[in-house]
Amino acid sequence: MNLLGVVRALADQPWSVELHESLYGYPIVESVHVWALCLFVGLTIVLDLRLTGLTFRTVPVSEVVRRILPWQIAGFIVMVASGLLLFYAIPVRSYQNIFFRVKILLLIVAGLNVWFFNSGVYRRIESWDRDPIPPPRARRAGFASLALWLLIIFCGRMIAYNWFDCDKQPQSQVINTLAGCELEAGAP
Amino acid sequence: MSAIADVMWHFAKWSEATPLGRVIRNSEYAFPMIEFVHLAALAVIGGAVLVVDMRLLGMGLKKSSVAQLAKDAQPYVTGSLIVMILTGIALYSSEATKCYASFAFWIKMVSLLLAMIFTYTVKKHAAAKDLESKMVGALSILLWFGVAWGGRWIGFGG
Repeated sequence: MNLLGVVRALADQPWSVELHESLYGYPIVESVHVWALCLFVGLTIVLDLRLTGLTFRTVPVSEVVRRILPWQIAGFIVMVASGLLLFYAIPVRSYQNIFFRVKILLLIVAGLNVWFFNSGVYRRIESWDRDPIPPPRARRAGFASLALWLLIIFCGRMIAYNWFDCDKQPQSQVINTLAGCELEAGAP
Repeated sequence: MSAIADVMWHFAKWSEATPLGRVIRNSEYAFPMIEFVHLAALAVIGGAVLVVDMRLLGMGLKKSSVAQLAKDAQPYVTGSLIVMILTGIALYSSEATKCYASFAFWIKMVSLLLAMIFTYTVKKHAAAKDLESKMVGALSILLWFGVAWGGRWIGFGG
């Protein structure tokens, strides 16, 4: 079974339908997702602002990382859990949504950015921990993270709009390919 | 209809008729784009408010003083608040009569007013005097989260 088959099977589950059609369930999950955005992305921005040297210059970088990390993890768990539920409520449309696909890619890139930071310039944190303006490699990681999260928020918000949906044909070939739309034979 | 409600209703009608309201309402992409900027500013203000509130609650960046953190965060709180208010006015103008009828919208406006007053009076003074008041931190979080919650529910027509 391909991925489309998997998400179709998800969409047929009673709980998926239940959540999708619920009067309060879906809005509550989405509100929790926005709350977690304040917590997780907000605190990530705090760390990024320190890494770029834009503010919190007197706080050692390791202190920001260590003390903020538990809260980031908590926020991240809530964010992913509520995000998975949102996906579970509307699986097929989300899977075939261009913004959703780009968002997932950007999330992976954001994860790689953290990994490169941790395995690179952060290993020598002792030498720049108290620098008001961290070294270029750390600043670049901070700016990259800011840009990535901005784009992730953009894609997340745009998932709600149906401009490029598969059931809204005709779309250009590029869009249909990127969204993985299955067109009926003979359709334009 | 009470006098205040009457004024608010006419204000909503007038807002929708302004060129700003009309342009946004008639564009397919304007509302989503403004919404994105509004949401991005929410993430920034979320972080900038939380980092100070957590410190007031005795969590997070404990080695730094409340006063220093508040001073560093201040431009980001005020800056993103300005962006949020401007984009918020634009969003409102495109669907003001819908907002008028939305309970969530009024919850949000009241929390926002209280949150702003609280932030620029009580919290500002507490932070400047380096008071580690858990009460101030908790109230601030509560008020701002009320704003975020109400905001999201406007979209659900609540």
